[in-house]
Amino acid sequence: MTDLARAPSDKTSWRTGHADRVLPVLVVLLVIVGIWYLAAIGMNAEWVRDQAARADEDLTSGEFLRRTLILDRPVLPAPHQVASGLWDGIFGQKITSKRSLIYHGWITLSATLAGFAIGSLAGVVLAVGIVHNRAMDQSVMPWAVASQTVPILAIAPMVIVVFASAGITGLLPKAIIAAWLSFFPVLVGMVKGLRTPDAMQLDLMRSWNASDRQVFWRLRLPSSLPFLFASLKVAVAAALVGTIVGELPAGASAGLGARLLSGSYYGQTIQIWAALLAAATLAAILVALIGMIQKATLEHMGLAR
Amino acid sequence: MKPVSRQEFRREMMPTLLAAPFLILAAAIAPPLFPVVLLWLIAWTLNVAMTSLNLPFARVLTPIIFGATLLLIWELSCRIFAIPSVILPPPSQIGISVLQNAAILWTDFVQTILKGALTGWLMGAVAAVMTAIAIDRSPFLQRGLLPIGNFVAALPIVGIAPILVMWFGFDWQSKAAVVVVMVFFPILVNMVAGLAATDQMQRDQMATWAAPYWQSLWKLRMPAAMPFLFNGLKITSTLALIGAIVAEFFGSPTKGMGFRISTAVGRLDLPLVWAEILVAAIAGTLFYGIVALLEKKVTFWHPSQRNKRA
Repeated sequence: MTDLARAPSDKTSWRTGHADRVLPVLVVLLVIVGIWYLAAIGMNAEWVRDQAARADEDLTSGEFLRRTLILDRPVLPAPHQVASGLWDGIFGQKITSKRSLIYHGWITLSATLAGFAIGSLAGVVLAVGIVHNRAMDQSVMPWAVASQTVPILAIAPMVIVVFASAGITGLLPKAIIAAWLSFFPVLVGMVKGLRTPDAMQLDLMRSWNASDRQVFWRLRLPSSLPFLFASLKVAVAAALVGTIVGELPAGASAGLGARLLSGSYYGQTIQIWAALLAAATLAAILVALIGMIQKATLEHMGLAR
Repeated sequence: MKPVSRQEFRREMMPTLLAAPFLILAAAIAPPLFPVVLLWLIAWTLNVAMTSLNLPFARVLTPIIFGATLLLIWELSCRIFAIPSVILPPPSQIGISVLQNAAILWTDFVQTILKGALTGWLMGAVAAVMTAIAIDRSPFLQRGLLPIGNFVAALPIVGIAPILVMWFGFDWQSKAAVVVVMVFFPILVNMVAGLAATDQMQRDQMATWAAPYWQSLWKLRMPAAMPFLFNGLKITSTLALIGAIVAEFFGSPTKGMGFRISTAVGRLDLPLVWAEILVAAIAGTLFYGIVALLEKKVTFWHPSQRNKRA
């Protein structure tokens, strides 16, 4: 963040730069966890007080606090309860078990990846068409931009139900929603990227008598890559959200979204929070993976800054 | 743009000429497809001709022709293949459903968009701007909160909908709460970047005039942050609608767009579902359009706005 952080030649200053970045994040995280504990105590207090009054117990304040943090179905589970729920879901179950978060996470992940692959491929192909064909540009682009303002995600459960009534269930309907959601960011980003070469660069290609194909492979495509990666990051997160929302309608029995829904039906708050955290981790891993591929590619091409 | 040369026109037509044999072949295999294929070819050729000759109004007309063609093809295919309206109702049936259910659609619009989405969006935006101004004075907080904010902005936040519905009840308050959480971080991240967008020279100028913190904030840094703020506001306008509708799937009173969509799907009343989707689409576009219009009024001085007018 500071200039020190950008001086890799000097090891000590790099170290301080690193600490400069990590320390504030850690402090803020600690504060958040602290607030979370306070909120958990506050929100669960009423329930504990009720229970104690019903059992005619007189709780000391220490015992009272302890009980607010160990409820089975707390209004707000304490961080350590969520952590243990997450730990149990990931490592405490067999992978094939219906209670394993790995099992549900894999179902969600496979649909997300399938949809993401289809959607971004379609986005890239259509972007290439739009850049090379004026009629396509003027007909499709306004609708693509307008479609960004439509809450597509909200109709995802309906798509699932309609497909189910046609007898198609499982991975495909969810993947279609994920593809649809990841399609537009990639399309818009890629069109922008393919158009970044300015008149000077295009003229240079022209003076070398480059064919359309050569201009595409040697100039347009390489200069579009930074834009492509930026929109791929958005797209993969959108694909995951789409898949999870696609798992919401009743009938879906597997996947992180189904886990959220069943948790909310039965008031299993710890299960909801654990599924939520698992989804967040998955999103973070996917975005980080694309970030790593981006870094490696751009460095290889000498585009990294 | 000038009209293209004859050679370029031929190149523009190439995809159409290449696709035509396949389309005609498809029509030969399935004869009922013929009118659909013919319609598509005529409309597309018209569009190519219009954009190539660069006729006046081509920029407006081509997308309209394209959209209308898609609608017509949808309608035709539904009729020709007798697709049951349970799977895909034709546009005409959806239009009739909109007219018949206007009263229901309006109550749902008020419940979900005006009460749930708009209230939540406004509260989230105000909270995010205040937080941004608050943490702007502390570089430590900025370095701590920004990575977390960026991280949270990429998360599937709709997932907290069931929790917030549990806490705030079934009515619009819980939907507004979901929207607040969803829009908070994208706006915060944009606003913090916006407040940092002034350069040293400008800030020095303020210092030279002995402007106190609040004055320099109000007269220099807030206006400079506006393009960034509006970027965040535009992104989140769609998020707000999504949050409000999805939250209704987890429990709602007997009105609201999400509620209507899920119950109408249960009754296989697909035209009503599509009518709700149409309303959501129009509301989303209007919402975005109004924010973009405000942006134009507020940031008229910004290069991106000035270039558009020229």
